[in-house]
Amino acid sequence: MRIVAILAAGGLTLAAAACGEAPDETPSGSGSSAAGTPYKACMVTDVGGIDDKSFNASAWAGVQAAKTAQSNVEPEYVASDAEASYEPNLRGYVTKKCNFILAVGGLMGDSTKKVAAESPSQQFGIVDSAIDGATNVYPMQFATDQAAFLAGYVAAGYSKSGKVATYGGLKIPPVTVFMDGFADGVAYYNKQKSKNVQVLGWTKASQNGTFAESFTDQNKGKAIASNFVSQGADVIMPVAGGTGLGTAEVAKGSGGKVSVVWVDQDGCKSAEQYCDVFLTTVVKNITDAVEQAVATGAAGQPLSADPGYLGTLENNGVSIAPYNQFDSKVDAGLKGEVDKLKADIIAGTVKVESASSPK
Amino acid sequence: MTTTTEEKAPEKGDSFAATFLRNLWSANTVTVTVLSIVLALVIGAILMIVSDEDVRATFGYLTARPSDAFTSSWNLISTAYADLFKGAILDPAAISAWADGSGGWQAAITPLSETLTYAAPLVFTGLSVALAFRGGLFNIGGQGQAVIGCITAAVAGFAFPLPFVLHAVVALVAGLIGGMAWGFLPGLLKARTGAHEVIITIMLNYIAGLFLTWLIIQKGVQNADRSDAISKPVDASAQLASIGGPVRVNLGIVLAVLVTAGVAWLLNRSVFGFELRAVGANPAAAKTAGISVAKTYTLLMVVAGGLAGLGGATQVLGTAHALTPAVAGNIGFDGLLVALLGRNRPWGTLGAAILFGALRAGGNRMQSFSGISLELVTVVQAVIVVFIAAPALVKTIFHLRAARSARLGASMAKGW
Repeated sequence: MRIVAILAAGGLTLAAAACGEAPDETPSGSGSSAAGTPYKACMVTDVGGIDDKSFNASAWAGVQAAKTAQSNVEPEYVASDAEASYEPNLRGYVTKKCNFILAVGGLMGDSTKKVAAESPSQQFGIVDSAIDGATNVYPMQFATDQAAFLAGYVAAGYSKSGKVATYGGLKIPPVTVFMDGFADGVAYYNKQKSKNVQVLGWTKASQNGTFAESFTDQNKGKAIASNFVSQGADVIMPVAGGTGLGTAEVAKGSGGKVSVVWVDQDGCKSAEQYCDVFLTTVVKNITDAVEQAVATGAAGQPLSADPGYLGTLENNGVSIAPYNQFDSKVDAGLKGEVDKLKADIIAGTVKVESASSPK
Repeated sequence: MTTTTEEKAPEKGDSFAATFLRNLWSANTVTVTVLSIVLALVIGAILMIVSDEDVRATFGYLTARPSDAFTSSWNLISTAYADLFKGAILDPAAISAWADGSGGWQAAITPLSETLTYAAPLVFTGLSVALAFRGGLFNIGGQGQAVIGCITAAVAGFAFPLPFVLHAVVALVAGLIGGMAWGFLPGLLKARTGAHEVIITIMLNYIAGLFLTWLIIQKGVQNADRSDAISKPVDASAQLASIGGPVRVNLGIVLAVLVTAGVAWLLNRSVFGFELRAVGANPAAAKTAGISVAKTYTLLMVVAGGLAGLGGATQVLGTAHALTPAVAGNIGFDGLLVALLGRNRPWGTLGAAILFGALRAGGNRMQSFSGISLELVTVVQAVIVVFIAAPALVKTIFHLRAARSARLGASMAKGW
């Protein structure tokens, strides 16, 4: 009897919730026919998942943004739960006859190469990597060292203790390229001003430094940051995804003594709770690059694998974010020097070099 | 598995068909297993409806226009499960493309190939758990043993320059030995000190996993061309032969069938098999009868570990071809579910592993075609096992008659 009562009560609640008005019948098919031939843009995430607030999320935002530029774009994604899923996921989209298959992340390079060779007429794209000799894979790479160079210069100029620090999530080229640029930016500052600002956590010459071995472990980020602070650093750049949030927390607890240079997406948007500690952000504009690629493809234009896309300061593919809450704290002279430096890098009078930088 | 319908002779006056029907609707293992799978798929369907925003919206005006809610739910579920089937067994579109020449034969057999590819390692880890179970031990260490098997097989696969065939055999044996060693430890500790194998094997899982992540980034193991955590690739001579291209199925599944036959023989025909079943049924009585319980436990864990190690070896030599931190995936723990679903019998375990492989392969397609998260497959797999482990629940839901065979549930009640 009790079960009957429960069912009845549940049924009544459900019935009450189900009393809404029915929407008008929409004639089917009229919406899509106006948009022309659909262009299926299918994205395969790496193991970070679709809402990693970084990388995959930026690329997905780009695919969706392309829909506003070209209304025939049909965005889709599939998340990979392990390295072993990359190949089946890419192949699944080949079977589904997607027009454009986007692999997000350099770690998918080998799988993309293999699947692209199997289906030579299928258009692929890859973020943060380039596949040698594959004409059907559109590479999207970023000269992040250029923007990190500017951030290093700002950090060196802003530091009061004369010590700045950086660390990475893993020792992989897309991470160390930030650290190279940062260290060079500091070195350039020292040369220009005859100062001796030190960089902790990374030595460009030996390519050795501090790594958290994780892109998610915030406690690790906290521990590394506390260690840097005790050695006297007052500006820290974590290149470690979610791990960096631990560093932001240390900075927040320091009462304004320590500040953070964020990476990938403007920290005041992607991690706004820590906006008051972000000096600036080394922005890697994945969203725009992906949007551009998808929109170009959807408009029926070819995506040529050579040269592909290279984000630089010049085309705004990489940049440093506004100083946000530090706008008043950063010296106007320093800001001017940074703008000049940016122009010099674009003009080629200041050379930024990193072994990890895409060619 | 079919014994319950056949072993009872028809009663006097009853036709064979009537007896068959009566037994069919009783709580025998086959019926309960099939109904558990059906129930799990139903629960999966409900979850799909609940998690799909568009479909949920149509339930908001259920009373105004009920047809919307039902057609949209039906469309969602039928396309999702159709994709599950197309991804796991066969895709009619690929078959017809092959028939009219617009597609290759590879695409036509890819679904089955994927199913068997995912199933192969699960057969080994499932057998490992099932065999230990029959001897009264609960081997939770399948994951750790598989990881060690991955490591030893991969290292043998890239470190020794050996000719084709021999190299693959050596690498497989290395995986076997690695797993055996990792099973020997808890077996010995259990036999000598009485330390509980569940606790020891869980701890050894952690050690194996962390050892793997440490080992990959060492010089000589790490791939020199890559700076991320990935080992050198296994030599082509050590890889398990596969058809190639998108058809990933490899010799691993053939090996899995052979090993299943071997384990069936070991369990039912060999002296050791008799001893382990005796110890599993009643250690005290087995001891009185002159069987060395300590020796049986140790040997049993060594064999179980070796099986899981082979599972790891097939994974790394058959599909992954290099060590990464997640190279073993979840095969060890999935092996537990496979063994439970297979009722701890060798051939049952093989069948269960193929079912899990099919769900996984179909899940990939369901994810990319219907946008249903792969997690749903995990839920369905888990729910199947929940119903298997609680046969009384299935019995009540479907008003099944009690089975005359007392076997149901007996295998579940022992071991922990």
